[in-house]
Amino acid sequence: MRKLLLYLIIISTGIIFISRLFYLQIYNTSFAALSEDNAIKVLYDYPQRGAIYDRNGKLLVSNQPSYDVMVIPRELKPFDTLEFCSILKITKEKLVKRLRKARVYSPRVPSVVIPQLTKDEYAYLQEKMRKFDGFYIQKRSLRDYQTTNASNVLGYIGEVNESLINKNPYYLSGDLIGMQGVEKQYENELRGIKGIKRIQKDRFNRDIGPYKSGRYDTLPVNGKDLTITIDEELQAYGQKLMENKRGGIVAIEPSSGEILSLITAPTYKPELLVGRKRSPNFTKLYYDTIAKPLYDRGVKGEYPPGSPFKALTALIGLQEGAVDTQESFSCNHGFRYGRKAKLGCHAHRSPLNMIPGIAQSCNAYFANVYLKTINKYDTPQEGIDNWKKHLESFGLGNYLGNDLSSGSKGLVPNSKLYNRQHNYPKNKWYATATISNAIGQGEVLTTPIQLANMTAAIANRGHYYTPHIIKAIDGKAIHIENYTKPKYTTIDKEHFEPVIEGLHQVFVQGTARSLQVEGIDICGKTGTAENYTKINGKRMQLTDHSVFIAFAPKDNPKIALAVFIENGYWGSRYAGKIASLMIEKHIRGTISRTDLEDWVLTHSLEEEYAKPYSGEPFKINQ
Amino acid sequence: MAKSAVGAIDWITVFLFLVLVGFGWGNIYSASYGDEVFSITDFSKVYIKQGAWILLSIILIIITQAIEAKFYERFAGLIFVISVLSLIGLFVFGKNVNGATSWYAFGPIGLQPSEFAKAATALALAKFLSDMQTNIKLINHQLRAFLIIALPALVIVPQPDPGSALVYAAFFFPLYREGLAASYLIIGVSAAILFILTLLTGPYYVLIGALLFMVGLLIMKSASVQKERKSKLYLSIGLVMVFLLLIYFLIRIPSVIEILGGLYTSIKVLILAIFITALGVFTGLLSQGRSLERRKPRYSMFLLAILVITGFCFSVNYIFNNVFEQRHRDRFNIVLGKEVDTKGIGYNTNQSEIAIGSGSWSGKGWKEGTQTKGGFVPEQHTDYIFSTVGEEWGFLGASLIIILFMGLLIRLLYLAERQKNQFSRVYGYSVVGILFTHFVVNVGMVTGLLPTIGIPLPFFSYGGSGLWGFTLLLFIFIKLDANRVNEW
Repeated sequence: MRKLLLYLIIISTGIIFISRLFYLQIYNTSFAALSEDNAIKVLYDYPQRGAIYDRNGKLLVSNQPSYDVMVIPRELKPFDTLEFCSILKITKEKLVKRLRKARVYSPRVPSVVIPQLTKDEYAYLQEKMRKFDGFYIQKRSLRDYQTTNASNVLGYIGEVNESLINKNPYYLSGDLIGMQGVEKQYENELRGIKGIKRIQKDRFNRDIGPYKSGRYDTLPVNGKDLTITIDEELQAYGQKLMENKRGGIVAIEPSSGEILSLITAPTYKPELLVGRKRSPNFTKLYYDTIAKPLYDRGVKGEYPPGSPFKALTALIGLQEGAVDTQESFSCNHGFRYGRKAKLGCHAHRSPLNMIPGIAQSCNAYFANVYLKTINKYDTPQEGIDNWKKHLESFGLGNYLGNDLSSGSKGLVPNSKLYNRQHNYPKNKWYATATISNAIGQGEVLTTPIQLANMTAAIANRGHYYTPHIIKAIDGKAIHIENYTKPKYTTIDKEHFEPVIEGLHQVFVQGTARSLQVEGIDICGKTGTAENYTKINGKRMQLTDHSVFIAFAPKDNPKIALAVFIENGYWGSRYAGKIASLMIEKHIRGTISRTDLEDWVLTHSLEEEYAKPYSGEPFKINQ
Repeated sequence: MAKSAVGAIDWITVFLFLVLVGFGWGNIYSASYGDEVFSITDFSKVYIKQGAWILLSIILIIITQAIEAKFYERFAGLIFVISVLSLIGLFVFGKNVNGATSWYAFGPIGLQPSEFAKAATALALAKFLSDMQTNIKLINHQLRAFLIIALPALVIVPQPDPGSALVYAAFFFPLYREGLAASYLIIGVSAAILFILTLLTGPYYVLIGALLFMVGLLIMKSASVQKERKSKLYLSIGLVMVFLLLIYFLIRIPSVIEILGGLYTSIKVLILAIFITALGVFTGLLSQGRSLERRKPRYSMFLLAILVITGFCFSVNYIFNNVFEQRHRDRFNIVLGKEVDTKGIGYNTNQSEIAIGSGSWSGKGWKEGTQTKGGFVPEQHTDYIFSTVGEEWGFLGASLIIILFMGLLIRLLYLAERQKNQFSRVYGYSVVGILFTHFVVNVGMVTGLLPTIGIPLPFFSYGGSGLWGFTLLLFIFIKLDANRVNEW
């Protein structure tokens, strides 16, 4: 025992020490991080953010240098706050508040005090910088917009917030990140990679040379340049036409799914959201809850599609064998489907078969086709779900899976929705209860981009390419299967020809005959969508939305588009005119019908939009 | 003759010594070099100085091996006297460095006699214990042995260098090996436990705990003697005391609102009380088999023990609060986790832990330690040299050093045990005790397990006197061991 005691003590001490080392070095990882904080200062070299070009190689977005004043709180020494504040034109309270915030964030890690100085401010401050220990200037690059359009497509960049910094260790306080649009969607391509320089420090926080002789330092990698599918000229033209109106235009190249223009109105100039003026401007735009300039109506606005939807009703009817192109239905100013239930229609000759039905947009014709389609099945539930399946193949009722940073699903009702509505199985319901769907007025909601995509699918005679905004990265065309592989609809190819002929007749003898363009075979469909709003809790009907879809030329289509004008009344009044001008602009490059153009440019809907907010009774559809 | 002496040297020990010294120098170099060009003649650099000390220590080793082994035994007394005198002389001729007068200055070279006094004391103790007339079981002789140990320690304490004085506790090991009663060990360990517990919880709780422990012990003891009757009595006494304790806590409840909380506390206390009592019973059970005499427990002894414990707890409390200086209190409080202060007094320990902790599995590599380079750990090339090992060589390197030290100590123990001569054996045990104490206190401090007590890590820490002192200590034993073949 006496001989063994010391052995035991020595061995157990060794075990205790090794366990302690294990705890310190392996188990508890916080020490390693503390050591990094302690001994190594990290400096960053910010790369140039990639430029953005339009489909024709026109430069849209480039960079301008910008300078942030940064602070490392624990290195602060007493300084002349008055001078500092006067150089940067801020109040002392603001400075004190910022410094406190920086200290709370971390005394060791640099935080931004004043973001994005101008060149002049920078030049002046640079001279005085030696007086302010603990502060330094970080150079970054800011966006420099070469265009005044497409702000909704391009998006904007802004300082990262704290939650993102915690989530993604690449970002540090003061870093800029894409917050919307292409800037957000292609952040990783555009931002490049920061260069890192590590500096070894001693316990007095003095630099004592590069860490490990700079072995781990990296050079910044510049961001990649993007080419987007937008045609800046068409975009600019569309935005001009949309002035003083609300709504959206989405134009797609059917043969590729490339988005030619994505217009929302009202909108804002992209340069408003650059640099230090970003914050006040953003606030102003954000709080305009009536016009909603930040709201991208082209991809987010959910509207009842109205009559353009009839093209799908016809296609589904043909596919299901519920109707052929020759069968005609009579129309007596509408379609009566119950004792007091009637779907109204305007005056036109009767009866009509499919092609003139489309051209004249006869509600009764499509009500018949729809009912036959649904009633082909034993129960209306089955009929509706089958109908929904066809619609979904056109990209309706769900996100398109594109590379836009926002979007809406829209709505395609299924049998469950109607079961709930009618309290099934207690109460039965029939196809007639959903009759409004036939003419795009029921529960169906679509976004303009979904309608444009649907139009492209019709133009392609049965398939579409997922609409997308990216064309090339660093000059190399993209090869993303999602965008290059066609998606087929459930409608057989042969059924498209009669419907397309009907859409063509819309321009020849139908509701849009006044909008023909000499020498271009346009196919399209007008729409007039009833809509309601709630004002002070009361449901009120507003002036109809003016809707239009079109593609052209009829063979080898180059453009398919959807135009939505909120409260623009009937389809050809605003949306049709704008669609027709956009098509001419895209195909011809010039506008021959200047009187039509002038009409659109000089007509404003602002008065119409002010009506519900005036507080006085108002009339609609005037 | 010379050849056989060389052949008899324990080369395993020498090898371990060389590895530790060499590795130690590498770490001192890493911890102290700057941007300068390496110049072998630049004696302003500590790594050059340490290199010189290492080279010179080889001469010292040759001398220790050249001297007759008998010399150490014969002149042990004289060496001891000279050593103590050199310590006393410090009060007159000593040079004050960093507030401690523990150096003699010879021009640029400083010598620290306390580093050599350990070897001298070890020799003197070995000489005394190996004397035919000495019987360590006698109180009289124990006191003389304690005097030999305490004399240099008492001279060192007021220099002030309490750390170096503490090392003299290491001589407990040879004393115990030579037959000092185990009760000293038990008393020593109990005192240490009571000391720490008192600092943690205050004297009252410790006292109550000790009381319960005693009750448990008593129950067991008496049960083993009188199987039936009285054990029941003591058992009930014990239970009554536990019950009273519970009542005491319940009485303290001031309002109904706190009843639930109080109840919870009481239950915790009750469980703790039962546990401590059970510990006492268990201890009694353990000692039963060994405590050869199955005699009646001496109740007076238990009473005395309780009195002593009471006195001890309160005096610890008093000494800690009134005699200790604030810096001493701080050191204890930091290790006990009662105080967190990483900027002031706790800076050293905290930085040392950060440096070691940042080493991870295999460390940052030699001369690549960011904490070491930045000079964040104060005194890193001396007392905190182990933090450099931890940072630059990682868990693997630091564990290897620990294993090497354990290897050296176990090897020395083995050598000490094979000595036929009691003088050599006592000396060997003293060497192990001293090296072990330094190792434990130093590594314990650097890894934050023990309070800050500034003593060097043998063979590693920078310092000529220290290195020479340990070298002498070790190689005298190697010589004694090598000479064992000549003794019959």
